[in-house]
This record gives sequence, C-alpha cells and structure tokens, in this order.
Amino acid sequence: MADHAKTPLLTVEHLSMRFGGLLAVNDLSMTAYRGDITALIGPNGAGKTTVFNCLTGFYKPTEGRITMHRNDGQEFLLERMDDFRITRNARVARTFQNIRLFGGMTVLENLMIAQHNPLMRASKQTIGGIFGIASFKRAEKEAVEKAEYWLEHINLTQRADDAAADLPYGDQRKLEIARAMCTGPELLCLDEPAAGLNPAESDELNKLLLFVRKECDTGILLIEHDMNVVMEISDHIVVLDYGVKIADGTADEVRSDPKVIAAYLGVEDEEVDAVEHEIEETAAEARP
Amino acid sequence: MAEATQTGTGAGGGLELAEIGKDLAITALLGAAIFGSTIAFKTETATGGLSLVLRFEEAFFVIAAVVIGRLILLLTVWRRPGGTDRTFVPQALQTRYTEFLAKTGKAFVPIVLLFAVVFPFLPFTDRYLLDLGILILTYVMLGWGLNIVVGLAGLLDLGYVAFYAVGAYSYALLAQYFGLSFWICLPLAGILAAFWGIILGFPVLRLRGDYLAIVTLAFGEIIRIVLLNWYEFTGGPDGLSGIPRPSFFGIPFKRGEGGFADFFGLDYSSIHRIIFLYFLILVLALITNFVTIRLRRLPIGRAWEALREDEIACRSLGLNTVSIKLTAFATGAMFAGFAGSFFATRQGFISPESFTFIESALILAIVVLGGMGSQIGVVIASVAMIGGFEIFREAEQYRMLIFGLAMVMIMIWRPRGLISTREPSIFLKEKKSVSADMVAQGEGH
Repeated sequence: MADHAKTPLLTVEHLSMRFGGLLAVNDLSMTAYRGDITALIGPNGAGKTTVFNCLTGFYKPTEGRITMHRNDGQEFLLERMDDFRITRNARVARTFQNIRLFGGMTVLENLMIAQHNPLMRASKQTIGGIFGIASFKRAEKEAVEKAEYWLEHINLTQRADDAAADLPYGDQRKLEIARAMCTGPELLCLDEPAAGLNPAESDELNKLLLFVRKECDTGILLIEHDMNVVMEISDHIVVLDYGVKIADGTADEVRSDPKVIAAYLGVEDEEVDAVEHEIEETAAEARP
Repeated sequence: MAEATQTGTGAGGGLELAEIGKDLAITALLGAAIFGSTIAFKTETATGGLSLVLRFEEAFFVIAAVVIGRLILLLTVWRRPGGTDRTFVPQALQTRYTEFLAKTGKAFVPIVLLFAVVFPFLPFTDRYLLDLGILILTYVMLGWGLNIVVGLAGLLDLGYVAFYAVGAYSYALLAQYFGLSFWICLPLAGILAAFWGIILGFPVLRLRGDYLAIVTLAFGEIIRIVLLNWYEFTGGPDGLSGIPRPSFFGIPFKRGEGGFADFFGLDYSSIHRIIFLYFLILVLALITNFVTIRLRRLPIGRAWEALREDEIACRSLGLNTVSIKLTAFATGAMFAGFAGSFFATRQGFISPESFTFIESALILAIVVLGGMGSQIGVVIASVAMIGGFEIFREAEQYRMLIFGLAMVMIMIWRPRGLISTREPSIFLKEKKSVSADMVAQGEGH
C-alpha cells in the first residue's frame, strides 16, 4: 500500500534450482514488500512453482539466499530450514496448485489442524490435554473462534461440519486459503488460487485476498494465470520465463513490457527486437 | 464369468432368455472343467499300483448344483436395475444394514459394555467361556492399539506383534532377574515397548506404502528371531516358564491363609483368579479405548488423522511429521506392551512361538474388518474372529478356509470394514459422520 513505507518482507537473492541437466530457476532475485500483493507470473514451465517450493522448503535450492523479514524484526534464512519450521517459525504459509485439503475430515477440523502448534503448546504436549487442563480448553475455544472467524469470511459457516471433500471446487479453494491463514502467516504463498474458478468465484477470491492484505498484516505472493486476478489486485508483478526473471514492476509497467508480450505470445528470440520496435511505434502513434 | 454376469444382468433389469442360457452354458463349461477333472476321476491304491475310479455321476450332480444355483441367483438376487452397484449384494440389504446400524448404534456401546462387565457372573459362564472372553479382550486391546497406528495415522504396520512380544518378555525377564511384581512391570513393559516403537519408527520415517509394510514386517521377524536365538538370556525356543501370577494388589490367589479367598472370607476357588484376570484385561482394554478416544480429540490425534489424509499438506501447515509418526508408533506399541505383559502373567509361560507373523496378521485383520479407525468395529471384529475360531474348532483343518472365505465375502460386501463411517473429532453445530468414500486410507493400502 502506498502509505506504507515499503519495507521488504521476503528477499530472494540469486536463487537457482537445478534438476539434473535442467536449470528450472536461474539466478532469480526479487523482493516481496510488506503489505503488498506480489504476483509471480509466466508461461507454463517457467519455474514459478519451483520458486514456491524453494520458498516453502519443499525443495532445497541449488544456490541462492531467501530471507524472510518478520514483522517483529526477526530474520529467517528459509533455504536452510525444514519445511514445517518455515510455516511454524518464519510464518510463511502456502496453498497448492492441486488442492490438498484433508478430504475425510470436516471443514472445521481442517482449520483446527492448521492451529496445531499453538494447541500442542496449550495441551502441554498432550499430557495436560488428556487430563483436560483449563488452559487447553481455553486455547481450544479460541482456536474454534478463529476458525469461525475465517469460516464467516469465506461464507462456509453453514458447512463447518461437512467433510472437506464434499465441498464444491471453488469453496475448497477458499477453504485452503482460510486454512493457511489459520497458521497465522505473515507471508501467504498462493499457487494458482483462481485456477478452475468461474468469474463470480474469482471475484470473490479477489475480495478475500484484498481482505487478507488489509486486515491481517499479511503479505501475499501469488502465482496466477488468470490475468483478471493478477492485474486487478497485484501491487507488484514479477515475470518469469524459462527460469529467468524477464520483468519486475507494477501491473502497467509489466503489461507493456515487450519481453513479457513476447514470452506470452511465443515469439522467437531473434524477433524480440522487432516486436519491441513495433510496440514502441504503436505507443508513439497513440501519443498525441 | 464376471463378464457374463455383467451382460446378463446389466440390461436394465430385463431377463433375456438368450443371455441366461449363455451364462448357464459358460457356468456348465467351467464347472465341467473344474469338477470333471477333480471329481470324475479318482485314483485309488489297489494291489499292484493305482487304479482309476470313474465317478461321472457325482461330477454331474455337482455341476448341476452349480448351474441350478447360478440360475436361482440370476432369477432372484442378481435381478436388479443395471449399473446400480458394482458388488452383487442387493441394495435393499445394504440400506437395511445402514438403518440397523443407525437404530442400534446409540444403545449398542453401553449394552456391550454392560454385558462385558456382568459376563463373569452370568449363570452359563464357565471356565472355558471366561478364558475365551479373556482371549477376545486381549485381541480387542491389541486391535485398539494397532488402530492408532493403522486406523488413525494410516501407517501400515505388519510387525505389531513385536511390541506384544517386547511387553511379554519385559515382564517375564524383569520378574525372573529382578523379582519385580506384575504391577511394577506393567508400566515398565509399556514404556519399553513404546521405546521399541520409536526405534522402529526412525528407519521407517521416510518410507511409504509397500516399503513401510515390508520394513515393519521384517522388524517383527527380527524381534522374534532374536528372542529365539539369544538362548542365554531369553531361553530361546524353550521359552520362559514360571512367570509369577498377578496378585490382587498384593494379595495372592492361593489356598489357605493370607490368600484372596481367605482375606475376603470366600471359599477357595481357582476361578477367582480367572475372573480377576478377566477384569484386569477389561480394565486395560478400556483404558486403551479411553486414551485413544481422548487423544483423537486432542491436537495430536487430529494430527495423526491429518497425516493419514495428506502428509505434504501437514508439513505445509507447520506440523512436524517426524514427531507425529513417532508418537503414533510409540503410543500403539505401548498398548501392545501392556497387553503383552498381561499375556505373560496369564499364561505363566511364553516362548517365541506365540509371537509369529500370523498374530500380526490376525490383529491387522481385526482392525481392517472392523473398519479402520472405528473403536466399536474392532470389538465386533474381535468377537467375530476369535469367537468364530472357537465355534469352528470342530472343523479343524477347514476353519482357516472358512475364515478366509468369510473375510473375502465381508470385504466384497463392505470394502471399508464393518463400521466404515468416520466420526469427526470436533463439531460446531451438528455432528455428522463422514462417509468412508472420502476418508483416505493412508500409506500402503
């Protein structure tokens, strides 16, 4: 947000990820700012999900440094941390491209599992919980309240006691975001949250993401193919192609970047200059 | 055959004579192929070698019985609208079963519990039935323990009997070498078994599915073979005998002064000890059940179930899957350890022969048959399996066959076990059971 002095939330420096002979991400440096919605876009196979997997500890990057600057001033080097510690300590939560809910458990249970770590502490690592100590009961009540709060915001209060696998696709997407938010993240990484949503659902998603940014002091990093979502809500866009960053800036800057257009429309490398020239000419003509 | 069934019955419920004729012809042909060779020709020892006896008549009757049986099935049971259900159990029976469960479900658990408590004092209960009751309860307890690992955490453990053995040998050895009493050894046996659970847990942390099953299977065998070969310590194949019997909290069950009967002013009877053992295993089993139910509603139990549903999602939510798996193995193993030390004190003699793979398989069968994750399902399955074994004791060599057949039938009829719905651990407004179709089965299924 504009009034917010832009301080970095997540800095990625010279990140490379190699799978055998394939260089999936090549020397990527980027920053996600606090209070921003940062979009990571690019054609299929550009390495976006690989970047996500590096950020959230599912892959160990070949090279590079990823720093999370938490709101309280602590810094975490994510490339050295176990995946579950990244969520627990560095407060980076993620969702998945193919939804990964606990399908056989109810909607409420899904949101309760996300609050596992504080609840474990409150139950004195289960021992106190077995004997039903008061502090655990209190903590559980708070956890249910937090779950209810998110259920209200994704309009699923009515379905709290249904199995997660029973929900329609769009609701499952929203539930996954709510579940990630229940871990209390300071950076929320969303892998194609709008995939498979109809226009009405994708509008709702936009509202939800704007709400998260406004109310929860949580930065958002998202991978998205749906340009409506990207252009409408992102403050900052990073474009990847073949693992290399080709553009970085606001929606308007990126939209008119010839390299981005070339990457999306599939122009040969040699033709990039020509396309660039063409765009400049059109731009000049458009000017009064 | 299956193909023939599909086409013969799938045609919108209409019975076409040609279809049925074709089906029966195939049946007769297969029957002839199987029984023609096995029944029609029989070799008998005669003077100077073998002689061939022809029994075409018997073979004909058997084949005719098969064909007529299939005709009856085609005309009655299999006559239903096509494409309703893959299994051949009529829909009406399925719904009636569900209704029955819903009706009796609420009253069922207290009735079973009440029956278990008064069972030793019922007029028809004799020594034999009490022993059977103790055996069934031991398997109920083992089933409940394994249910934590397999049913909740979704980790297929084929070597569960190893922890049972650890518990039994812990008690026997501690009593033999240090003279410790049952009541001190019981918790120690549980702790030692839990410790072995963690030892097994570490190498299998990264394994999934079939690999996990194979390593746990191997672990079970390792424990048994060590017990078998470490002659100086465990007595090897001779086993350990003279294991002290439990006392009634310090009062021994013996004839004469200072014994249980004397203390309570009763006439001495050997059944007192059996009744005591019965209540001991009942209490141990109920503790297992209580703790499991309690744990399911705590974050750790919910994490076990989440692990069964999706391990990667668990890690993305900040759950330490290593400690969750280890606690599941350790908790399950601990209950097996308790049951093991009970087994040792009841038998008074243990040897590695009591802890073979078939025991693991039986306990796993109880859990799977009962419905994974279901507590009451384990009870029903234990009564059916162990009680059933006893009923068919007459049939000796066929009883495994009968049981194999029964298992196959039940798995076709109810592929997710007898009680296949999942009860949520927490609810906001209304507790709704989750259908088995949505519940993941975890690793190795």
